[in-house]
Amino acid sequence: MDVLGFFEKNGMVTGFLVIAVIMLLAEQISVRILHKKIPGSAIAIVMGLFLAYWGGMQTGGEKGIADIPFFGGFKLVGGSMFRDFCIVSTALGVSFPVILEAGKAGIISLAMGLAVTFVFGVIIGLGFGYRDAESLATIGAGTLTFIVGPVTGSALGASSDVIALSVATGVVKAIGVTIFTPLIAKKIHLDNPHSAMVFGGLMGTTSGVAAGLAATDQKLVPYGALTATFYTGLGCLLCPSVFYLVLKMFF
Amino acid sequence: MIYGLGLLAFSYIAGQLFGDFLGELIGVQANVGGVGFAMLLLVLLHNYCKKKNWVKGSFDEGISFWSQLYIPVIVAMSASQNAVLAFKNGFLPLIAGVGIVALGFILVPVVSKIK
Repeated sequence: MDVLGFFEKNGMVTGFLVIAVIMLLAEQISVRILHKKIPGSAIAIVMGLFLAYWGGMQTGGEKGIADIPFFGGFKLVGGSMFRDFCIVSTALGVSFPVILEAGKAGIISLAMGLAVTFVFGVIIGLGFGYRDAESLATIGAGTLTFIVGPVTGSALGASSDVIALSVATGVVKAIGVTIFTPLIAKKIHLDNPHSAMVFGGLMGTTSGVAAGLAATDQKLVPYGALTATFYTGLGCLLCPSVFYLVLKMFF
Repeated sequence: MIYGLGLLAFSYIAGQLFGDFLGELIGVQANVGGVGFAMLLLVLLHNYCKKKNWVKGSFDEGISFWSQLYIPVIVAMSASQNAVLAFKNGFLPLIAGVGIVALGFILVPVVSKIK
């Protein structure tokens, strides 16, 4: 019996199994070794990037671990259709009355968070020698969250390595927010729902914000998550459209 | 359950189609905000279905299943990226990622003053 062929044929299901094992490992590392200082999701994503690196070294291909036949299902499960479908489904928690409740500060922090972060990412991208609007927009978008980066990158047709950079940037940000928020919360007066909402809008990376606030004061989590929920969606809407078109005027 | 999934699928397809159409319209050869439009559509349609009392039983589970799957899908996605090339520029993610966190912390007390 051709065992490898069997796993290749059932690639998507094999993919689910492998991802479940990765998530389980990451969660155990998060809970047992790091005492939840870094969320399991962030560890799993970093593990994914390491696997992509390993896969790329093994095969010399462009699809990371998905180029290894056994992991071929990752092409579908980690492809743009699954990814975008899942992101759209997360919108369910959002409702228009909630947008109104978030108030002026939440909206201003969201607008500022998106624009300032994008510009910052673009400046860093420029510093590293990228000069085309597609790559710069993708790096700027990746500085928003590790979801906005690849959505923007694939919408604009950025290269796979720039998309990977944008994911890595978003992951670094999520980990940074998670680790540093409880350490600096007092200094930035992050101790009430109002500032938590502003914090969520400025940072936007939902897993980082939720984990960082949980480590600071659990009562603040829903307020931060409230504004952060809009961040990725708005980023996905703005980065490949408005922000990209503005960039296109300069590059 | 399948009706919730169907609503999600409809929103996704309509949003992506509109994004593709918009991209062609403004000539960027790319999908412009398809995911965002799909999200807006899903929220609007879901609110409408709720008002009409169509959201019954496990309706929402067809949608929430996928929202819970999104971190695993992002893990799969990062595992199938061209990471070898990315790690050659290993400092960009580090500088951009840590830099924006620091900048965000500085801005929190400033924006928090707005009531």
